[in-house]
Amino acid sequence: MDFPLTDPFFWETVIQGLLFGGVLALLSLGLNIIFGVIDVVWICYAELIMLGMYTIYFLYSDYGVPLPLAMLAGILVVALLGAALHYFIIRPILHTEPINQLLVTGGVLFFLQGFATLAFSVEFRNLGVSFGSIEAGDMYIPTTRLLAFIVSLVAVVGLWLFLKRTYLGTAIRAISQDRDVMPLMGVSPGKIYLVTSALGGGLAGLGACLLVLLYDIHPAIGLTFGPITFMVCVMGGLGNMIGGFIAAFIFAEFIALGGFYAEIEWGYVIAFAFFIVMMFIRPQGILGSKS
Amino acid sequence: MLELKNVSAGYGTFQALFDVSLEVRAGEAVAVIGPNGAGKTSLLRVISKVIDLNGGEIAMEGVSLNDVPAHKIIEMGIAHVPEHRRLFPRLTVEENLKMGGFIASARSHFDERLAYVYELFPRMKERRHQLAGTMSGGEQQMCAIGRGLMSGPKLLLLDEPSAGLAPVIVQQVFDLVRRIREEGYTVLIVEQNIQQVLKVVDRAYLLEVGQIKMSGSSRELLENDDVRRAYIGL
Repeated sequence: MDFPLTDPFFWETVIQGLLFGGVLALLSLGLNIIFGVIDVVWICYAELIMLGMYTIYFLYSDYGVPLPLAMLAGILVVALLGAALHYFIIRPILHTEPINQLLVTGGVLFFLQGFATLAFSVEFRNLGVSFGSIEAGDMYIPTTRLLAFIVSLVAVVGLWLFLKRTYLGTAIRAISQDRDVMPLMGVSPGKIYLVTSALGGGLAGLGACLLVLLYDIHPAIGLTFGPITFMVCVMGGLGNMIGGFIAAFIFAEFIALGGFYAEIEWGYVIAFAFFIVMMFIRPQGILGSKS
Repeated sequence: MLELKNVSAGYGTFQALFDVSLEVRAGEAVAVIGPNGAGKTSLLRVISKVIDLNGGEIAMEGVSLNDVPAHKIIEMGIAHVPEHRRLFPRLTVEENLKMGGFIASARSHFDERLAYVYELFPRMKERRHQLAGTMSGGEQQMCAIGRGLMSGPKLLLLDEPSAGLAPVIVQQVFDLVRRIREEGYTVLIVEQNIQQVLKVVDRAYLLEVGQIKMSGSSRELLENDDVRRAYIGL
């Protein structure tokens, strides 16, 4: 088989993969920070994104709220949902068996999905916003995807600066290393967990802003993005944000190139096969530590 | 400055301290000595409210700490340098120091206190971008004490600063404690290394199975026959 270096469709595919990778990287951030800091996996993470998408959709389509404001509201709503999820569901069972936290957020997944079906019906909705495409040589790059990619990178850098430069960010990294010593620093662990949960929710809300531009909204959309987000995090090393970032691009390229050589479904098959093989070779993830 | 009256405390159903009364006056260095398991660490932990107070009174400068939660104790002017140092291993030295100055009232003093800690421990300045977990035990102890100073405390609680360190380093740690004293901090120190600690403090209390058995000036305790026989091995 010729290596299609001169084929513009090949390069378009690679770039599409890169752009999709940016979105996956953003999606993985919130889940990773929650796990890294609180040691809990939000199985219902993508359902929070789904609720954010509905918030934006209804505010924009039904109430005529300008899109940027609707998106800001979407981020805030999901941040509050994240904080509420921690406060009412996770916190009371934080010190019980880890499997309980996994199961309870799994329960929340189906609760939210069922709730959305009841409230919004199974109808597929589309925001109907398009920014067209950018033409570069023989390639066409959809503007929304490019925008999503740029927003993802900005969010990654912004989060990194927040964690590295601010007192609150430093405390968030510190608490993941030694929770019990935090009160001696004048820090209430409960508060930091709540703030981190709101931050994780906010990142899910930002993910919703991007997905709402790219995909139809329906109650089961979480099932499309939930598993892959989780696997990106696991492959990067659960809780390791840089690892998740790298894994996001690997996954995205597998899917995109699979779609180039065969159908897009093959891309998913190959990507998940790769994930399974990686679990044998490097169960702790690309950048995860051994324990 | 700090006063404990008939303090009882423990973990769940296990009681670690019985009816403990002690006092630390402004400018003093006071040691609590005693064997392993006597309740020395519990004593500092109850002052910091990390463990529950079951009975008695704790007051700092006349203000009761009984209803103050653990994360507010540092705002009362008490900094606790815990047992085993408990640095954040994957934060840099400077980030650890930043955590020591986390409380709102300390943030505006960050630059000046950082300069002060670096002047006190030039080694920390050299290592400021190094991850705390990669330093030697003695250096980590410097960092832990420095972290304690970042909140601008009136009283410093030191829990076994010499534990787990090589003999040469132990000597350096007691030199550190002496320098902290000379800087004018009031210090309450808990130690197993009795002979050494009695050389750097004014007074001491002997704690055995959760009770104060004896108290007096360091000289009195150093010269007491029971203390010498049981703890110094002379």
